[in-house]
Amino acid sequence: MKKRTWLGFLAIASILIFTASQVMAAPVTINWWHAMRSARGKVCDHMIKKFNESQSDYVVVGTNKGNYDETVNAGVAAIRAKKHPHLLQSFEVGTQTMMLSGAIYPVHELMKDNGFDVNWKDYMQPVLSYYMNADGNLMSMPFNSSTPVMYYNVDLFKKAGIAELSKTDPISWDKLGEITTKLIASGVPAGMVTAWQSWTQIENYCAIHNLPFATKSNGYEGLDCELAINNPKVVNHITRLKKWMADKRFLYGGQKYQGPKAEFIAQNAAVYIDSISGIAKLKKAVKDFKWDVAPLPVETWMKEPQNTIIGGASNWVLKGHKKSDYKGVAAFLNFLATPEMQEYWHKQTGYFPITISAYESLKKKGYYKEQPYQEVGIKQMTRREPTKISRGLRLGYFIQIRNIINEELELVWNDTKTPQEALDNAVKRSNVKLREFEKIYKKK
Amino acid sequence: MIKRSVFTNRKLPYLLILPQILVTATFFYWPAAQGLFQSLMISDPFGLYNTFVWFDNFIALFKDPLYLKSVAITLTFSACTAFVSISMGLFIATMANRALRFKALIRTMLIWPYAVAPAISGILWLFLLHPSYGVVSIAFKRWFGLEWNPVLVGRDAMIMVILASAWKQVSYNFVFFVAGMQAIPHSLIEAASMDGASPFRRFWAITVPLLSPTLFFVTVMNIIYAFFETFGVIHTVTQGGPGGATNVLVYKVYQDGFIGLNLGSSAAQSIVLMSLIILITVLQFKYVERKVQYTG
Repeated sequence: MKKRTWLGFLAIASILIFTASQVMAAPVTINWWHAMRSARGKVCDHMIKKFNESQSDYVVVGTNKGNYDETVNAGVAAIRAKKHPHLLQSFEVGTQTMMLSGAIYPVHELMKDNGFDVNWKDYMQPVLSYYMNADGNLMSMPFNSSTPVMYYNVDLFKKAGIAELSKTDPISWDKLGEITTKLIASGVPAGMVTAWQSWTQIENYCAIHNLPFATKSNGYEGLDCELAINNPKVVNHITRLKKWMADKRFLYGGQKYQGPKAEFIAQNAAVYIDSISGIAKLKKAVKDFKWDVAPLPVETWMKEPQNTIIGGASNWVLKGHKKSDYKGVAAFLNFLATPEMQEYWHKQTGYFPITISAYESLKKKGYYKEQPYQEVGIKQMTRREPTKISRGLRLGYFIQIRNIINEELELVWNDTKTPQEALDNAVKRSNVKLREFEKIYKKK
Repeated sequence: MIKRSVFTNRKLPYLLILPQILVTATFFYWPAAQGLFQSLMISDPFGLYNTFVWFDNFIALFKDPLYLKSVAITLTFSACTAFVSISMGLFIATMANRALRFKALIRTMLIWPYAVAPAISGILWLFLLHPSYGVVSIAFKRWFGLEWNPVLVGRDAMIMVILASAWKQVSYNFVFFVAGMQAIPHSLIEAASMDGASPFRRFWAITVPLLSPTLFFVTVMNIIYAFFETFGVIHTVTQGGPGGATNVLVYKVYQDGFIGLNLGSSAAQSIVLMSLIILITVLQFKYVERKVQYTG
């Protein structure tokens, strides 16, 4: 009898202790689904670990859901099933879709609601502006951002008797024409190649030269926007590239980056336009020649070239969780934006630091003396305050529109269409997509 | 007299097929119905804005010249892939069947490529035929001055994906043809050769008609393969490019639905694809099967 009472008491006591300890110390779990794999994934894990160690109220759990497309699709499925994470990383072209989804908690509200007084002025404006709504309020937290730059083969330049390029002042497209002519004459198989042609040769070309990519401030001010890339200046640019193709000054190496990068590494092409985040890959792959980075070329008539626009992804806060959870989400986002984390992120991945203070602190530490490549992109992107046109692009079905542009450009490269025909058709086809997208969100 | 076994219990047969029906309904009819429903709507990816639009998605599809082009591309691609893989399979099977020594070894070796996933097959052919680093294409350029650039020229890209898709399927066809040929009575062929028929005549007048059930089956399977399973090849080799030259229907469904998140249109495309494959199969059964001779 006594033994049994003892046992009963012990059981009750242990239950009490366990539940009590759970109530008292169980940290709130914050789920973050991201698209960062391999080396970048490890960098994310490290930052998460640092955050979890820095406090005891919240535990962030990061999960890689594959590449960008797969992560977005996982998010879509989860939101439909109401099993979504607190934070979802989505790439820049999906911004419009996420913004209109009705499933998000805008970041500027989240930070304000949870008592974080963020100094948005300290952020790099061209990065922020890509994720702001028309009123200038931040909708998602920028995470990994890059911008296109021009890589060139220093050895081949030397052989052809061409001086090295400036890291801050862009050369003109005419100058690049001269350079590539010299390169070809010196025996290099091809002049320039470009990765992500829609992003580098159309989207960023428009931003640098302050040309509208679409009406309604590139779609920021209304779903009823239309594409505007068939203007004489863009047509002229594509016509020039087509002309360069005839004498090998331009070589088409495919839509993505693998083909063009392979041409550059094999020294088949001496100039290579791609994202600044390609630095790490080139460092690893190139062993037998010296290369350097320069800003993207600018037209001679553009006296004050605008900023380039970003590529990459941002973190979206999703609605429908407990209020107390959001405090943790805000704390985590705030933590990621600290100079310490931003410096680490920038150094490890090559993506931009998103705050000016992180950039200044790196500068002070002499980081850019050691790594001069990295600064080319930052300087190019921040050389001017973004205008309504150069701040970003906000289009529905943007992924499909990029596909359309890629397709039509390929039809120029293989002689099926003239640049004017192709760009006219790209605009026509994209407008159909934009109207379809508009129809979804039209108020009934 | 055919013997029939009849269940005495009226409920038991239904109970016995219930698991199968449940599986089919859950994994086939339910998603298909959802797809059909989705194809009549336009909606955002998150399912919060849905508008019922009747057949607007279908009308938009058939108004889109690029969709019609994609249909044409798919038909060409499937016909070529099926033709190449069937004729190669048949040729190799005939040769292997005549081989006297190492018959078993040769057969085993020839079956191997079937174990290769389509995506891997695509990459292998890319390594052979890529204009910058493809061994074969560089050799051809050097020796014959052949201008070959599947990254830029649609026709070249098409040839490359057909080769990559057909190559893998050759083994599959080979297995069936070898099995089919072994079922042909040897006496028939011997009799024909005694009557003085040439090997080609013997093949054409005896082997092919007796092989026709296999040939028919293989044709249906190859067309279905070319329609659906070549996704991996297209995805790794061309991504539908250049300029949409290899954008077959199944890849377009993926691009518009999964990548582009245009669910309504993507669902409508799936329905069209499904109807198309049903139509092709029905036609094959109706017209081609008449000419098939089943032994018996």
